[in-house]
Amino acid sequence: MGEKYLLEVKNLKQYFPVRTGWFGTKPLKAVDDMSFAIKPGETLGLVGESGCGKTTVGRTILHLYRPTAGEIIYDGNRITPQNVHQFRQKMQIVFQDPYSSLNPRMTVSDIVGEPLDIHQLYQSKAERTERITELLNLVGLNSDHARRYAHEFSGGQRQRIGIARALAVNPRFIVCDEPVSALDVSIQAQVINTFEDLQKKLGIAYLFIAHDLLVVQHISQRIAVMYLGRIVETGEADEIISHPAHPYTQSLISAIPIPDPNTARARKRIPLEGDVPSPLNTPSGCAFRTRCRYATERCAQERPPLAEIAPDHSIACWNPHD
Amino acid sequence: MNEPLLQVKNLSTSFKVDSGEVRAVNGISFNLDKGRVLGIVGESGSGKSVTAYSIMRILVEPGRITGGQILFNGEDIVQYSKKQMREFRGKRVSIIFQDPMTSLNPVYTIGNQLREAIMLHTDRNRAQADERALEMLKLVGVNSPEQRLKQYPFELSGGMRQRIMIAMALCCEPDILIADEPTTALDVTIQAQILELMQELQKKLGMAIIMITHDLGVIADMCDEIIVMYAGRICERGTADEIFYNPRHEYTKGLLRSIPRLDTNHARLIPISGSPVDLTNMPKGCAFASRCDNCMKICLNELPEELDINDCHKASCWMNVKQVYEEAKGGIA
Amino acid sequence: MNYNTDKLPRKQLLSLQLDLSKFEMASEDEKAQHETMRESTTFFRDGMKKLRKNPLAIMSLIVLFCLVLTIIVVPMFYPYSYEQMITVNGKRDKTAKNLAPMTYSKNELKAMEEGQKIFPHLFGTDELCRDYFIRVLYGARVSLAVGLFASLIVLVIGLLYGSVSGYFGGKVDMVMMRIVDIIYSLPDTLMVVLLSVVLNQILGTALQGTILARVGNNMISLFIVFGVLYWVGMARLVRGQILSIKTNEYVLAARALGAKSGRIIKRHILPNCMSVIFISVALQIPSAIFTESFLSFIGLGVQAPMPSLGSLANAARGGMQSYPYKMVFPAIIICLIVLSFNLLGDGLRDAFDPKLRR
Repeated sequence: MGEKYLLEVKNLKQYFPVRTGWFGTKPLKAVDDMSFAIKPGETLGLVGESGCGKTTVGRTILHLYRPTAGEIIYDGNRITPQNVHQFRQKMQIVFQDPYSSLNPRMTVSDIVGEPLDIHQLYQSKAERTERITELLNLVGLNSDHARRYAHEFSGGQRQRIGIARALAVNPRFIVCDEPVSALDVSIQAQVINTFEDLQKKLGIAYLFIAHDLLVVQHISQRIAVMYLGRIVETGEADEIISHPAHPYTQSLISAIPIPDPNTARARKRIPLEGDVPSPLNTPSGCAFRTRCRYATERCAQERPPLAEIAPDHSIACWNPHD
Repeated sequence: MNEPLLQVKNLSTSFKVDSGEVRAVNGISFNLDKGRVLGIVGESGSGKSVTAYSIMRILVEPGRITGGQILFNGEDIVQYSKKQMREFRGKRVSIIFQDPMTSLNPVYTIGNQLREAIMLHTDRNRAQADERALEMLKLVGVNSPEQRLKQYPFELSGGMRQRIMIAMALCCEPDILIADEPTTALDVTIQAQILELMQELQKKLGMAIIMITHDLGVIADMCDEIIVMYAGRICERGTADEIFYNPRHEYTKGLLRSIPRLDTNHARLIPISGSPVDLTNMPKGCAFASRCDNCMKICLNELPEELDINDCHKASCWMNVKQVYEEAKGGIA
Repeated sequence: MNYNTDKLPRKQLLSLQLDLSKFEMASEDEKAQHETMRESTTFFRDGMKKLRKNPLAIMSLIVLFCLVLTIIVVPMFYPYSYEQMITVNGKRDKTAKNLAPMTYSKNELKAMEEGQKIFPHLFGTDELCRDYFIRVLYGARVSLAVGLFASLIVLVIGLLYGSVSGYFGGKVDMVMMRIVDIIYSLPDTLMVVLLSVVLNQILGTALQGTILARVGNNMISLFIVFGVLYWVGMARLVRGQILSIKTNEYVLAARALGAKSGRIIKRHILPNCMSVIFISVALQIPSAIFTESFLSFIGLGVQAPMPSLGSLANAARGGMQSYPYKMVFPAIIICLIVLSFNLLGDGLRDAFDPKLRR
């Protein structure tokens, strides 16, 4: 291993039991055998359609769900349900919904101060206030905002409060779970810039989960594309956007609505037939084969492994096309 | 010159709430010609959906049209009776919504609901209506349509439901289809399918479409003409090319600058500062002034009038007035 | 493109006299003034503002306040007592039977002729020559007390049971909720009647000589009946609230920050379901009052001579044709109390229920 990773996820599985009929349960394979790694100060973008398990990945890393199998290793130490508490100061999460992620009965200073209270990160009241002000300033809010309640703020400001709360424990890694999807276009850029500035200033690594490829390719150095609980393609962001090799990634990129009439008219979409299969009944072999243009016999029988096709660019496909 | 199909004149719609009057739409005017695709783009709270609901007159309490006219083929539908409106909705103008699950009745089959809609507006009998329903499902590209007719909405995926909604909206061949964020709840690949379908149907059936969305990418893909709304007013309008390549309102410019693109090589985004305006507490002057980088003294006090940029482009921004003046002065000097 | 809308005069810009000073850039301060942030309000203050705008709720509040004040204050200086016959000149007045409102008995009239001042019988008297007004007041006192205490008992049991079931979920929740279902499926009127009969006998001997005996074992058994039967609705409500609040991302965020269960319940879950629970308590009170009245009406309620609105109505049943007012007064008071609580509860829900907001 040449480089040191901050976070390594190895063969992570997260199954949820789903009742089928009176007695039987069936596993819903939300995350199925996923492995990836993030370097310090790096952003890994995780893209996929709704229901592909990307949110579950983020929450499982933080042990908000107990993983079914696999390892999560932070800075060389394996995280287990028993020792997860000591990692709570190192890894944090920012949620999608700026409305439900802040307690409506708490003031901003209480919300941002809560992590300080939990981990006893101050000696005196004054120090607590000072730290809260510092955190608010860091995300572009000011101390006047501290006494207000969350519902008085706009979506973008609320999301900043959520970021300040995550930063309070000085984490080195933050899971960003669709942090800009619920925001207006004009506000998205503010929050994206905030994330980028914080990374530059504090050297935080992000797992940036989103369905919007434009946003993900902008903020990430590396991208992993998910389909039905598995990574189908991963590699450097620019490489994946310019030379997608997996048929799913190709379709996904060609489907991005591009805010430019000429490009939009000129380009050809690679349409995907049908819908995503239910994660309760994933197809045999390659999960994508039911919608794939290049599907063959082999795809139905064997599951393609994630294999490197170029330096730092891997795909899980039997018949890659350009 | 032909009379436009739909003329909205000085339309105002407000909601009376505890904390005051929310002026969701504030005196907007626009025309829609036959067979054109008009995009209305704006953020949440810009009044774009309320405009659509006003045209359909399906505003929820306490919303009221407080002024203006909506002329459809020269007739003012604001004055229509309830009965006339029922006739008008569905037959003349149809609407599809963002969430196809809540707009389909969960206790009836797809076939049942389609037949209902068809029989309500045409004098077809049951058998003919069923036939038409099947034809519509084929038209919107639903696979195994016979089987789908017998299914309930919850048995279908989001993309499929949206196709059914489109089928239902188009079954009486309306002149205008209003699409209120039709793809926002869908995944990118499904969104692409639906947009493609809408374009195809528009070419085939020739209806006009009013496409309401916050997604500039969707607008660029679909629309001939674009209206940009902010805080209940129209700030800029023109053909798609004009809006995207020659924006003349500071808000439109800001929006276009702030979206990430595939080709910019991770250059830092240029956001629009501040937060959207509080509609119960509208400032005087230009509503965008406090967020504008080029805000002038006049912007804070006087509402900019709409100015022709060229034949197919208008904008309401004081910057244009300043520019015209400076050009003229430069010309003289 | 067709922009032929009527109201678009083309300005001749060059002929316009432009005031150039207006076209200077605005300063940041000027821009900041342009935008005003709304005044800060808390959830509670916002709710109170809404409540104040609801005339029905405010009226109910005033009615209840007046009623409670009367119940507490008036008996202090009222010349008659609820359990004793009216006396004139130290002698029991047997003529003061079933008097109509605002009338006097023969003995009283005589005494008044002799120059004595006698307080009028506002609501008349009953067949045991007791002043009816004070009896109705005491009846209302008992009914309200039963309503409040019963609801409190229901609240405490329901809150504890529901929170445990909702927060821990899984198998615990399954078992606890099945128990609730079983209790729910019992025919409650029948159970109430049976329980109060049984409890009356048990308590009668058990309580002898204690302070609780003064409250009356019927009263105590009423509370127990409520406690045992009616907490299930509250438990379900609390559980539902907690289940829905638990899925909120702020609870998840607190867990990600390492907050312990106790902290999450105390800081995040309870404050957010309290409003809904209090509203439902306010709506629970009238139903308790109704049940108490019903039990008293069929003779299982409070012990004589302690009146309750239900037992008063029951007693009045006999002479309804001759003395209709004896039925009317307690009935009106019951209606007033129940209606006020219901309207107030509705008002509170409109003002404070987070689900009805935005």
